[in-house]
Amino acid sequence: MRYMPWFIALASGAFICFALAGLAVDAPFRLHMGIIAAVLGIAAIIVARLPEKSAAEIAAEQEGYFDAPIRVGSILTVFWGCVGFLVGLVVALQLAWPDLNLEPFLNFGRLRPLHTSAVVFAFGGTALITTSLYVVQRTGRARLFSESLTWFVFWGYQLFIVMAATGYLLGITQSREYAEPEWYVDIWLTIVWVAYLVLFMGTLIKRKEPHIYVANWFYLAFIVTIAMLHVVNNLAMPVSFFGSKSYSLFSGVQDALTQWWYGHNAVGFFLTAGFLGMMYYYMPKQAERPVYSYRLSIIHFWAIIFLYIWAGPHHLHYTALPDWAQTLGMVFSIMLWMPSWGGMINGLMTLRGAWDKMRTDPIMRMMVIAVAFYGMATFEGPVMSIKSVNGLSHYTDWTIGHVHSSALGWVGMITFGAIYFMVPRLWGRKQLYSLRLVNWHFWLATVGIVIYAAVMWVAGVMQGLMWREYDTDGFLVYSFAETVAALQPYYVARAFGGFLYLLGGLVMAYNVWMTIRGKVRNERPIVEVTAPALQPAV
Amino acid sequence: MDILGKHGVIERNATLLLTLSLVVVSIGGIVEVAPLFYFQNTIEKVEGMRPYTPLELAGRDIYIREGCYTCHSQMIRPFRDETERYGNYSLAAESMYDHPFQWGSKRTGPDLARVGARYSNEWHVEHLSDPRALVPESIMPKYAFLATTELDYANIAGNLRANAAVGVPYSQAAIDNARADVVAQAGLDADTSGLLERYAKVTTGDFDGNPMKITEMDALVAYLQMLGTLVDFSTYDAAANYR
Repeated sequence: MRYMPWFIALASGAFICFALAGLAVDAPFRLHMGIIAAVLGIAAIIVARLPEKSAAEIAAEQEGYFDAPIRVGSILTVFWGCVGFLVGLVVALQLAWPDLNLEPFLNFGRLRPLHTSAVVFAFGGTALITTSLYVVQRTGRARLFSESLTWFVFWGYQLFIVMAATGYLLGITQSREYAEPEWYVDIWLTIVWVAYLVLFMGTLIKRKEPHIYVANWFYLAFIVTIAMLHVVNNLAMPVSFFGSKSYSLFSGVQDALTQWWYGHNAVGFFLTAGFLGMMYYYMPKQAERPVYSYRLSIIHFWAIIFLYIWAGPHHLHYTALPDWAQTLGMVFSIMLWMPSWGGMINGLMTLRGAWDKMRTDPIMRMMVIAVAFYGMATFEGPVMSIKSVNGLSHYTDWTIGHVHSSALGWVGMITFGAIYFMVPRLWGRKQLYSLRLVNWHFWLATVGIVIYAAVMWVAGVMQGLMWREYDTDGFLVYSFAETVAALQPYYVARAFGGFLYLLGGLVMAYNVWMTIRGKVRNERPIVEVTAPALQPAV
Repeated sequence: MDILGKHGVIERNATLLLTLSLVVVSIGGIVEVAPLFYFQNTIEKVEGMRPYTPLELAGRDIYIREGCYTCHSQMIRPFRDETERYGNYSLAAESMYDHPFQWGSKRTGPDLARVGARYSNEWHVEHLSDPRALVPESIMPKYAFLATTELDYANIAGNLRANAAVGVPYSQAAIDNARADVVAQAGLDADTSGLLERYAKVTTGDFDGNPMKITEMDALVAYLQMLGTLVDFSTYDAAANYR
């Protein structure tokens, strides 16, 4: 059997988890380990039943770039995207109609981390791993240096996602936002992440291209910084090695700043640097133009990775965090505006002389609107980090709107663009199944985001103003419950925006699936191809 | 612009690029986060803070498990409307034993930093079981299952020990008597002298209205009822603690 080592690893993993379930000191840990044992067991059976490959097939696989995991990753990216958007829609509907909460497993408090992790880590993370491995091979003209390591990184990361997601529903959480998984899941992710760093570095080192292309700088900074953040923020003392519960190494104010040092840079490095790497490869490729400015990319790369790390305290304005730290965080957050726009300008100006593609190429349009949303969100962010603005916006839905205009607008759209670019190439298809469906996706997603963001701005500002409104006698005007009731129509409208975005995701899933099957939709082209007009002889 | 010209050196050396990136991203954390651990004035000098009782700690673990922090903050900012609505602004000292902190980032529901002793136990039990029965506008999920789920406190001493390992000043006696203290605080043991000796300002009794069993509802309500009640603000000197 060709996959014998994998079978042995999976089967022994299943056995270990089964044993841990038996030794468990708390019920959630027992159930969680049982679920993981079942997942690994099923994976072992699938691996054992994989068809044998002929020598010719194996030889053919050894040539060129190693794209098999990238094909899998592309499909998984689309899948996790739709899952994440769906859970997002569910929690949005729960806020509008609380009877949709089903205690205990499907209450908002457990589903909310499921939504954020599904979108950030399952969708975003899979997209980043997939595209980074696609890009590093092509820009370095080198095949990934180890096939086994690549598969380990891929499936190891998927196992992390499954462990995190099932844990949330069982109530296994550290309550650290965007770092909710408990200690044993964190250890597993650390192993996978170090393997990812080794894989990426190893491939960079064996590259045939003398220069490391700019996209890889961003991917590399993303990988190494996330490793640092993840390890420090998740330092904790488990109650038992056979139990799910742990207590954070830090407490109170130090713990808060450590968490938001992590939290803001999960945004800065996971959702920004990594996706800038994506932009720097796929956008020039789709536009068939070089990146606008090499010098700008150098300056904005070093500036953005230096400045981002300092911005965390703006999540803690007016809290018990000492004032000096708050002010420092605010100053750096405002400075961050410039390198962020450096990236936006470099992306947008790559289209100079090719702006007509905005009209003719819906994939290009998707990438351009992604960068436009990036520009808007990285302006809004610094504004919200100003203490007096934050005094109003903090704790309100304005923050939720801000996060979604960057997550749906920037992260989502640039990923969709990359997927539409890669899928036909990875499966050797001449074109996508349908460009008109890409256009549908573009408009569904764009309208969805605009509704979402606009509604949340209004809702958030209203909420903040109602909380602090006084009457002429000096009494607070609204009880908290009244401010909750006032938000209901906004929550309904927000859910509708999210529904449109999910619909766009499903259109993409269909389009990608039909492209993989090799179908081409019989449709009127976006731009009518007409014979060029006759030119007068000179 | 010759410096930019030299950038080619970094671009040709993956290890150098990796090392420099790591150095550059480390600076912010070292300069900004690390000092909080050794600046003496980071945490105010106050009287009254104590570690959580075992029952409160179990309740806090349920609060975390159910993701209450996704909708409720525990951090009152020093604004007129917030201090009038919720009470004195929160101090860093008040979360000094919180591993992890529960300041939150969103107020879909109200702040809970000082919810302790504001409502009756009965109110909390009924509100958690069916929030809209008491507050029609509420969009909070129901947590009725807490009242029917018995609290698993067999290993509660382990939870105290883990907290002690990360710096919470639990005495050996507190760890050894952790299970007994749960029983005593929940009103199932008339002798509460040991508990009261170990923990100041403790509320004891039956929290969930069911004196036969210790449920998760008992633990959560015990935790909610002590939130923000420890620090004695009559002796607190705000000016001396300005940071």
